[in-house]
Amino acid sequence: MEQIVKTMSLKEQLSDQFQRHRDIIGRNDTPLIAQAREQAFHRFMEQGFPSDHLERWRNTDLKRTLSLDYDQDIVAPALNTEVSNLLRCNIPHFDTFLVSLYNGWYISENGSWITRPDGIVIGSLAQAIKHFSTLVEESFARIGQATRNGLEALNNAFAQDGIFIYVPDHVSADQTIQIVSMVDHDRNLLLQNRNLIIMGKNSRLKLVHCDDSLNQQPSFTNTITEILLGEGAVIDHYKLQNINDNSSVISTTLFHQEANSQLSTHVTVLNGGLIRNDIYVDMEGENCTSDICGLYLVDKNQHVDNQVQVNHLKPYGTSNQLFKGIIDDHARAVFNGHVHVHRNAQKTNAYQSNKNILLTDKATVNTKPFLEIYADDVKCSHGATVGQLDQEALFYIRSRGISYDNARLLLMYAFAAEVINKITIEPLRLRMDDLVKKRLRGELSICDQCVLHCRTKENTVSFDIDMSKI
Amino acid sequence: MDNEENSLLDHITQGEYKYGFVTDIEMETAPKGLNEDIIRFISSKKKEPEFLLEMRLTAYREWLKMSEPRWAHLRYKPVDYQDIHYYAAPKKKQELQRLDEVDPELLQTFEKLGISLEEQKRLTGVAVDAVFDSVSVKTTFSETLEKLGIIFCSFSEAVQKHPDLVREYMGSVVPSNDNFFAALNTAVFSDGSFCYIPRGVRCPIELSTYFRINAARTGQFERTLIIADEGSYVSYMEGCTAPMRDENQLHAAVVEIIALKDAEVKYSTVQNWYPGDKEGRGGIYNFVTKRGMCRGSHSRISWTQVETGSAVTWKYPSVILLGDHSVGEFYSVAVTNHHQQADTGTKMIHIGSHTKSTIISKGISAGRSNNSYRGLVKIIKRAQNARNFSQCDSLLLGDQCGAHTFPYINVENKSAIVEHEATTSKISDDQLFYCQQRGISTENAIGLIVNGYAKEVLRHLPMEFAVEAQKLLSISLEGSVG
Repeated sequence: MEQIVKTMSLKEQLSDQFQRHRDIIGRNDTPLIAQAREQAFHRFMEQGFPSDHLERWRNTDLKRTLSLDYDQDIVAPALNTEVSNLLRCNIPHFDTFLVSLYNGWYISENGSWITRPDGIVIGSLAQAIKHFSTLVEESFARIGQATRNGLEALNNAFAQDGIFIYVPDHVSADQTIQIVSMVDHDRNLLLQNRNLIIMGKNSRLKLVHCDDSLNQQPSFTNTITEILLGEGAVIDHYKLQNINDNSSVISTTLFHQEANSQLSTHVTVLNGGLIRNDIYVDMEGENCTSDICGLYLVDKNQHVDNQVQVNHLKPYGTSNQLFKGIIDDHARAVFNGHVHVHRNAQKTNAYQSNKNILLTDKATVNTKPFLEIYADDVKCSHGATVGQLDQEALFYIRSRGISYDNARLLLMYAFAAEVINKITIEPLRLRMDDLVKKRLRGELSICDQCVLHCRTKENTVSFDIDMSKI
Repeated sequence: MDNEENSLLDHITQGEYKYGFVTDIEMETAPKGLNEDIIRFISSKKKEPEFLLEMRLTAYREWLKMSEPRWAHLRYKPVDYQDIHYYAAPKKKQELQRLDEVDPELLQTFEKLGISLEEQKRLTGVAVDAVFDSVSVKTTFSETLEKLGIIFCSFSEAVQKHPDLVREYMGSVVPSNDNFFAALNTAVFSDGSFCYIPRGVRCPIELSTYFRINAARTGQFERTLIIADEGSYVSYMEGCTAPMRDENQLHAAVVEIIALKDAEVKYSTVQNWYPGDKEGRGGIYNFVTKRGMCRGSHSRISWTQVETGSAVTWKYPSVILLGDHSVGEFYSVAVTNHHQQADTGTKMIHIGSHTKSTIISKGISAGRSNNSYRGLVKIIKRAQNARNFSQCDSLLLGDQCGAHTFPYINVENKSAIVEHEATTSKISDDQLFYCQQRGISTENAIGLIVNGYAKEVLRHLPMEFAVEAQKLLSISLEGSVG
């Protein structure tokens, strides 16, 4: 455990920590990874934390996050409880294979390197460096080359642990794999994880990834997930974020798609102090499809920022973005959708849509759905709306004897349902549906439990509406 | 894409600029370069009052501290600001009273441009103010307008005759330190147009300014100020051309519009600066700041622009909707061909309650050009019940061009309704097939479709301009539009 001296800025602290402990941080590294770390560290020192001078960061201010002091573990701390106590998932009828990142370190009941009967390999990143060193090296080199912002470089310098999943060619996972990133600590933690998911040709995977915090302690998560889809691979990826109001999560997800692969990713933000999702999709093969959806429900002083960049590099690609949000109190929502159609990506279809409902005059929306197109035989469109609940619809419902509050809830729920209904895993969809209803009713606002680890008995939420009157 | 279409696109790409001649006219130019002495020289040349010189010098000092904006989706050779003549004027013999006193050479030039002042005066009833290398040469119809109390004259004349108005309104919409190019313009502007419509007057004719850059190695820095007093109405048009030259010339203008209570200003512009040749050599750098302010309630400002010219365009005609119930509109067709680059769009800043804005932008890119729409819709906290609708479409002709959309939407009020939609596509094969099937040649079909595509904007142009704009569309996409 490293206790950081308070008088230094976070950047100085991190620099100090890296220089003093580089041997421990890189104890598992191959020479190539060590080199990438070193380069990334220097890049971070040059670039620093992103500021609002960067176009992509102009609406997200990290000042509040960076003003706090954080501890960062250099080696995994000892667990003082049974692993099985920490891993519980009680979504009814939802059978998942669970691995977890507990305070940033891999834990699983089945050990740190698992080969499932269907051939899927799941393990910690530290183990992956031993078993699949080339793949991990490539990942570190890729992120090392990216110059988008200092946070990615920082992750490349420090990330030691994370989840590694390898799905061999032609294997289709029968069980949903669930990753739970849990923060449960009595001090402020800085977590930097690196997840790497490699999918072989024609493989299939369903992946649910949850970010949770178990108490109100501030934390700062800077995580990168890379997902490589081989030819014809199909992934259903769900990300659920429900962290406390004092924590910040910067989550960067990079998808690389080979020919004929299909991506569906789904982000749901239920709660969080500052949540930023950077989603990059690179269509490196022909005929790829990707569906990128998001739902964010924010209130109080929360800040949510979704940044999506879809790079159409090859012909016949289709991408679809749908992001919807309800913004309450003083909250702020940012959406930045970028579709980049490269010169030879002919026959591309790209759609983008961002819809927002503002509930108060203190809430703010910044949206920028933008298109950058260099190919001529394409169909691209985008749309963005910011508005309020439809007064006529409200009146219609109220004229049928439903109270104002219930009518409002019903409309908000209907607004959110478009995104929720895109979830294809039935038990998950029902649970999400439930959580969104709870969230809209304000019952989830002080949630000290994980989304999928609710200790209370399952009780469905229903509106107090007499349907016979409608 | 079949061969026929390819050859057609080649043909399009070969369209040449028709206004590229140079007029041989006696010019008076200031030495190259920019410093406080040059500014004093310009100011004394124009016999300006002290306050204006002060304003210029302040702007110049601000400008020295600024750097050129690089955020636009544009690539161009940096401008050497010391290699430009900041003052170039046709040599004046005396104050002109009648049109026939104007240098016949000049008149011929304007005739070639299709804006014979004489003819305009007689036939169309359009009042023209022609600005030649930043100096206003002749304003027609002044007397008719004077009767109504309308002031329409060159900026320098306004400075002499109506210094109070100039002092009150100049810089009130685009402050001198607004941005790099606005500061430069404020420091060195040579002339421009000035227009004041008194209370309750509806301007019976369309006012028009024609800008022409003629001299080599000069920059054009004109300034337009339009003030519409309470309850007045004016429709204002602006056109521009420049000769063909290998070097890039700078055009950094500022347009300010002020609409008071219940006033309406309609500003239409057809930009036909020299766009450079097929290889991308030469052409005008068009870095313009245009902004209107709806100061009073129920006021209305509408921008309509047809952009076919200039090598590089950096231009965002904006409206600040300050008064309650005020309305801002922006209609634009931007055509880029060859190596042209355009980064253009608008800003709608909603401050008053019940303000409305509409944005319709149509981009057409061909050749190796890049065409970007960049827009901002901002609704601040106190702007109750604001409404915006934006639509920006892009049409791609050819596989070497680019079309981009950067819409920024910032909303801080829950009662706002903001909608934005955009599409990018090429001319659909279905549409082409449909036309061909009815016996229309590919060439005519493309023309038909492009014209139909731009119609939504063109119909907002005044009659005379709509005709010109349609002609321009056909020149810019030579060979296809019939």
